[in-house]
Amino acid sequence: MKSLEELEEVRQKALDSVKLRKSRAGTRIVVGMATCGIAAGARPVLLSFLDEIKKRNLGDVIVSQTGCMGTCRLEPMVEVYRPGEEKVTYVNMTADKVKRVVAEHIANGHPVMEYTIGSAE
Amino acid sequence: MTSTEANSMEDVSLHILDIAQNSIAAGASRIAISIQDRPGQDRLEIRICDNGKGMDPDQVKSATNPFYTTRTTRRVGLGIPLFQASAEATGGYLKIYSEKGTGTVVQAVFHRRHMDCPPMGRMEDTMAVLVCCNPDVQFYYSHIFSGRKFVLHSGEIQQKLGEISIADPDVIVWIKEYIRSGLEEIYGGV
Repeated sequence: MKSLEELEEVRQKALDSVKLRKSRAGTRIVVGMATCGIAAGARPVLLSFLDEIKKRNLGDVIVSQTGCMGTCRLEPMVEVYRPGEEKVTYVNMTADKVKRVVAEHIANGHPVMEYTIGSAE
Repeated sequence: MTSTEANSMEDVSLHILDIAQNSIAAGASRIAISIQDRPGQDRLEIRICDNGKGMDPDQVKSATNPFYTTRTTRRVGLGIPLFQASAEATGGYLKIYSEKGTGTVVQAVFHRRHMDCPPMGRMEDTMAVLVCCNPDVQFYYSHIFSGRKFVLHSGEIQQKLGEISIADPDVIVWIKEYIRSGLEEIYGGV
């Protein structure tokens, strides 16, 4: 079984990777986490964002949650905020789609247009 | 879709994630999630206790009504009725104890051996999402299986981390693995 003693190691690793991180200061990823979102699969979507951010060592990206975004049939929905840019809303998200959003949008600044609310409607 | 959980609230851990959202919306700074899984007694009991703003008796009564919500524009408060229906389908029940200004306890009891009893699901994922999105909330998670117990207190972890946030992706991924291994331990490697 794992023990809390390992936390010191995790802490050191986190401190080291903080130094190496490619900062994306001000980037915020907001996942709809109301009943409709959770039932549609928001939990694996949020966890996939964390995995991908960790893999790519992207710093200063905040992953957070919000309530129902009002269009339950398009859940899981995700909003991405980047400083100085317009908010991008992704719909019908899956853990797999997250990989592309992190690679193209969060890391490189190009929104994945085909997953956005604009192409869904 | 790669995940079987993608289309419904089909396991207990997803219900818990959903019910805990109510505690967060109620402004709770402490949330205790306790699971007592006692197959010998044919009983699975879930409790979610918070120190949020609480409800008056009328609000408690309405919380189990699917057509009740305090929000007029957005969220439809379906989480509690869904959890209740799931418990009742096994011959169990759901109860809410709440006091304005003190907090709320949601208790659900399932008959574990009933064929409609949902699986536990991935509690490590539920806790990871809760802690990641609410680093300032203290989560007390305790999980008992047949007398063996696993506990996690997010405040204790944050204290050991010092200047690193508990919401750091490295930390959240570790917490997920820590819970998984703890649960495997109490469930005897299953």
